[in-house]
Amino acid sequence: MKILVCISNVPDTTTKITFMSDNTAFSTAGVQFVINPYDEYALTRAIELKETQGGSVTVINVGEADTDPNIRKALAIGADDAIRVNAKPTDAFFVAQQIAHYAKEGAFDLILMGKESVDYNGFQVHGMVAELLGIVAITPGIKLDVNGSMATVEREIEGGKEVITTALPVVVSCQQPMSEPRIPNMRGIMTARTKPLRVVEPIAAEVKTVFESYSLPEKKTGVKLIDPANAGELIRLLRNEAKVI
Amino acid sequence: MSVLVLIECADGQVRKSSLETASYGAQVAKAMGTEAIGLAIGEVPADELKSLGRQGIQKVYASNNNNLKDFVPGAFVKVIAQAVQKANAPVIILSNSNIGTAVGSRLAVRLGASLVTNAVSLPEIAGNMFKVKKSVFSGKAFAEVELTADYKIIAVKKNAVDIIEQEGTADVETLTVELTEADLVGAPQETIRATGEVLLTEADVVVSGGRGLRGPENWHLIEDLAHALGAAKACSKPVADSGWRPHHEHVGQTGITISPNLYIAAGISGAIQHLAGVNSSKVIVVINKDPEAPFFKAADYGIVGDVAEVLPKLTEAARALNQ
Repeated sequence: MKILVCISNVPDTTTKITFMSDNTAFSTAGVQFVINPYDEYALTRAIELKETQGGSVTVINVGEADTDPNIRKALAIGADDAIRVNAKPTDAFFVAQQIAHYAKEGAFDLILMGKESVDYNGFQVHGMVAELLGIVAITPGIKLDVNGSMATVEREIEGGKEVITTALPVVVSCQQPMSEPRIPNMRGIMTARTKPLRVVEPIAAEVKTVFESYSLPEKKTGVKLIDPANAGELIRLLRNEAKVI
Repeated sequence: MSVLVLIECADGQVRKSSLETASYGAQVAKAMGTEAIGLAIGEVPADELKSLGRQGIQKVYASNNNNLKDFVPGAFVKVIAQAVQKANAPVIILSNSNIGTAVGSRLAVRLGASLVTNAVSLPEIAGNMFKVKKSVFSGKAFAEVELTADYKIIAVKKNAVDIIEQEGTADVETLTVELTEADLVGAPQETIRATGEVLLTEADVVVSGGRGLRGPENWHLIEDLAHALGAAKACSKPVADSGWRPHHEHVGQTGITISPNLYIAAGISGAIQHLAGVNSSKVIVVINKDPEAPFFKAADYGIVGDVAEVLPKLTEAARALNQ
C-alpha cells in the first residue's frame, strides 16, 4: 500500500500572533514552526498502517526551503521519502493542484492529511485534491482501517459519527482520536538524514483567493470578580447584566 | 441571478447553523439586489422549509431523496451544482459544518469558484470587489480575503452571525436530480447519533472543565451545571488526552473552536491554545483557585475559588432561576 501524507508548516500552537507591513502579513520573527498538529495525526496513522500492513509512506509539502526541518522530522518519525514542491503555499486551490499532480504521478492508494491547518483554517485541500483526482474524500475522519483494497473510516458528524467502507484510492482528513503523535527517536533522526527528499518546482496553477489584511480580536476590558462565598451572585449577573442566560 | 444557501436539516428540523446561513444569505442577496434561494437535500421537512421565509429566503429547492438521508459527498455536490445552474447563483452560502466544508472544497473545484471558509461577517461588495472576513490562526486573528473568481462560495462559522426573524413564507419547489451508482460511492453504512445532548458547536451556553477538577469522578459538577443551564459540555486538551472525556468535547486550537454567547471555564488555566478556541465567545466566565491564572485576563466575570465548592453553588442558583 502506497500512502501519501500531506503536511503543512504552521506556527507552533503556543505562538502569539502578530502582523507586520501595515497588517498585510503574518510576522514570522521569533516564531517556531511545527508540522500542523492535524497532519501529525495523519502521519502517525499512516506509519501505524505501514507497520501492520506493509507499504510505504511518502510525505509531501508545498513550501519553501525553510520547511525542510519539519519534512526531516516527518522522515524521522517514520516516513520513507518526501517531496517538497518549492513554492509559497499561496492559497488552498494552489496547494491542492500541486498535491493532486504528484498524487497522480505516484499512484497512491491512500492520501491522508489533517482536517484543517491551524494557521489559515481552510478545511479545503482534502476535498479539492479528491475532486481533482476524481476520488472520494472522507472528512473529518476519526478512525481509519484498511483491509485489502477497502478502507473503513469513521467520520465525525454533528452530534455523532458515521461508518463508511469504500474502495481505495481515497482521501481521508484526520482529527483526534485518529492516532497518538510520536516523538522521533535518535535512530529515526539519524536515518532521516539519508532518506530521499525530492525538491520539485511547482506546476502552473491558479489562485482563487487573496489574503489582503489581518486583524486581532478586541481585548477584554477587565474581569469582574465575584466573591466565592457568594457564587450564586454570578448567575444573577449573567441573567440581569450580561443577559446571556 | 440569486444567492443559493445550503440548508441542513436534522430530525425534521432546519439546523440552527442553517438558520444563520439563511439569514446571512438573505442579507448578501439584498446587498446584491437579488433573491436568496435555499436548497435542502435528503429527507426534507417541507413545512419547516416554508418557514425559512422568516429568515428572508424567498424560495427553497427541496431535493427529496431517500438515498441522501445521510451525507453522500459526490451526490450532494452534484445536487448543489445543478441547483447553482437552475438558480443562476454566482454566490453560494454554506455552514462551516462537517457537511459544508466537505462539499465546499469539491464544489469550488467543479465551479472554478473562490472559497472562503470560517467566515465571521457579511461580505464587503463594491463593483467587482468581493471581500469576506474570516477567522484564522484558530481564533487568534481575522483575515480579510478577496474572492477573485466569478463564482464565490462562503462557509459561515457557526454562532458568528445573528438569525433574522421577520414575517414571510418561502415557496417550496421540488428539485429532482438523477443520480448514478457512482454518485453514491462513499455513502455511510452506519450512522451513530448521540441523543439528548446539546450540540457543542451550536450551543448558546457551554460549561467546560479542566484539570482543576482533579479527576473524572468530579465531572458530574460540570454536568450538573450544564444541565441546569441547558448548556453543552466541553473540556480542555489535558482532560481529553488523559481520557476523562471524549476528544469531540475538546475545545481549543487542535480541538473545536466555538463561539457561544456564554462560556464558563472551570479549573482551566487558559493556555494560549485553549483561549484560541473560545475567545470569540461573547461572555467568558472563569473559575479558578489560582488568581494568577492567565484565563482571568480574557474573562468578563471571574471567581477565584475551588471549583468543587463554587460549581455546586452556581448549579443551585441556576436551578433556582428556572423555578
